[in-house]
Amino acid sequence: MLITCPYCGPRDLSEFTYQGDGNRQRPAPNSQDLDAWNAYVYDRQNPAGDHNEIWQHSGGCRIHIRVVRNTLTHAISSAVPVRGHHGGKA
Amino acid sequence: MAEYSALALLKNAFNGNKDWKPAWRKPQPKASYDVIVVGGGGHGLATAYYLAKEHGITNVAVLEKGWLGSGNVGRNTVTVRSNYLLPPNTRFYEYSMKLWENLSHDLNYNVMFSQRGVLNLAHSPAQFDDYARRGNAMRHQGADSELMTPAEIKRLMPAIDISGNARFPIYGGLMQPRAGTARHDAVAWGYARGADRRGVDIVENCEVTGFLRDGDRIVGVSTSRGEIRAKKVAVAVAGSTGRVMQLAGIDRLPIESHVLQAFVTESLKPFLDTVVTFGMGHCYINQSDKGGLVYGGDIDGYNSYAQRGNLPIVEDVMAEMLAMFPSLSGVRLLRSWGGVCDMSMDGSPVIAKGPLPGMYLNCGWCYGGFKATPASGFCFAHTIARDEPHDLNAAFTLDRFRRGILIDEKGQGATPRLH
Repeated sequence: MLITCPYCGPRDLSEFTYQGDGNRQRPAPNSQDLDAWNAYVYDRQNPAGDHNEIWQHSGGCRIHIRVVRNTLTHAISSAVPVRGHHGGKA
Repeated sequence: MAEYSALALLKNAFNGNKDWKPAWRKPQPKASYDVIVVGGGGHGLATAYYLAKEHGITNVAVLEKGWLGSGNVGRNTVTVRSNYLLPPNTRFYEYSMKLWENLSHDLNYNVMFSQRGVLNLAHSPAQFDDYARRGNAMRHQGADSELMTPAEIKRLMPAIDISGNARFPIYGGLMQPRAGTARHDAVAWGYARGADRRGVDIVENCEVTGFLRDGDRIVGVSTSRGEIRAKKVAVAVAGSTGRVMQLAGIDRLPIESHVLQAFVTESLKPFLDTVVTFGMGHCYINQSDKGGLVYGGDIDGYNSYAQRGNLPIVEDVMAEMLAMFPSLSGVRLLRSWGGVCDMSMDGSPVIAKGPLPGMYLNCGWCYGGFKATPASGFCFAHTIARDEPHDLNAAFTLDRFRRGILIDEKGQGATPRLH
């Protein structure tokens, strides 16, 4: 599997670290909404198909990347820097 | 007379082997059952078997999307052990071990259970101390364990590298002598025949495409072979848990599906008569009766339903195998494959009633489901029949994450790729 780093181009899987499901929403640090914390920490959509996920190019430029990858075929349809693509600071 | 016995073999030999019956029928699904088990893998078939045998519930259908043995029950590396640290796990897996020890007799089907021992290698004093602690915990729970020195290990497996020049020199090991291997296809076939002979319908090529509801309650399933109703619907689909539960409207679970690869080499002469695991990484290896070395390592580490993996893990696993047995460097790889594992958030399984009324869920086996097959079926059947868990699976609830009562053997937290 090759992942196209937005800065370094297509690189081998072994250079990247998987950070998991990119859809999870972290509650505000002072939130006391236990359902929201439970959902953030433990619940996963785990789709069979396109999966929105975070990878880090840890063996390269160390950027965090938002990747859309098909879990049935491993085909990657999008890879963009996390910064500026989730409505906040990375 | 038992269906399979020396006498039956003789009788059928004289009769031209015309009277053997298929191990299970190929029934058309009925319109309704008392219990439907979704998933004809090891756990689903064992569940149906124990429903019939222990609880007298025989109006049961097992629905399998493909053919029996096509999923993880035919893809694992066949190791059976109960060398866990935490009491809920040790008790459950030790009970499973006791069922394994009598399984061939119980099923009247030779599952080739071979108690050849499982040895975990330690590579530092700290790791050895940790193993001693786990060994003691196992003994407290009624399992067996022994610490071994490098010299004892060398006597057991002459090909292993115990020299100080090894990249990670071997400091000792934790052995469970009663652990071992079993023939995984025979486990599926044996449970299938046992369930079938007690009246259970095993329906292959029958994919569940939806759940039938009466209000909130699940009252059956729609399948590629029509609608089937049931008072109770039990789901035991391992790596496909996410996909199947989505059909019931449950779109979030404490489960991620990951791919685990396994490998087998060409056949060799007898080389290794124990299961051994590498402690500075993750690699486990045993030799099949056919002579091939069967081995694997970590999961690939990203969500996948693909039943195939990538090369970095292949390289890791080969390197770890050669660190243990340098003499294997010239051996050729025969085949490799992948299976989809239902990785839970604490590395332990779920066997519970729910999450919807009329539904029962068995999942979260990570990549250790094979050894659990008998106890998983036994406990799941109990939970379905009595509507309450057995003592052995009372801790394996779905809401333990929300309630903070995790069973996290490795202490990794909610990071499934590390369990």
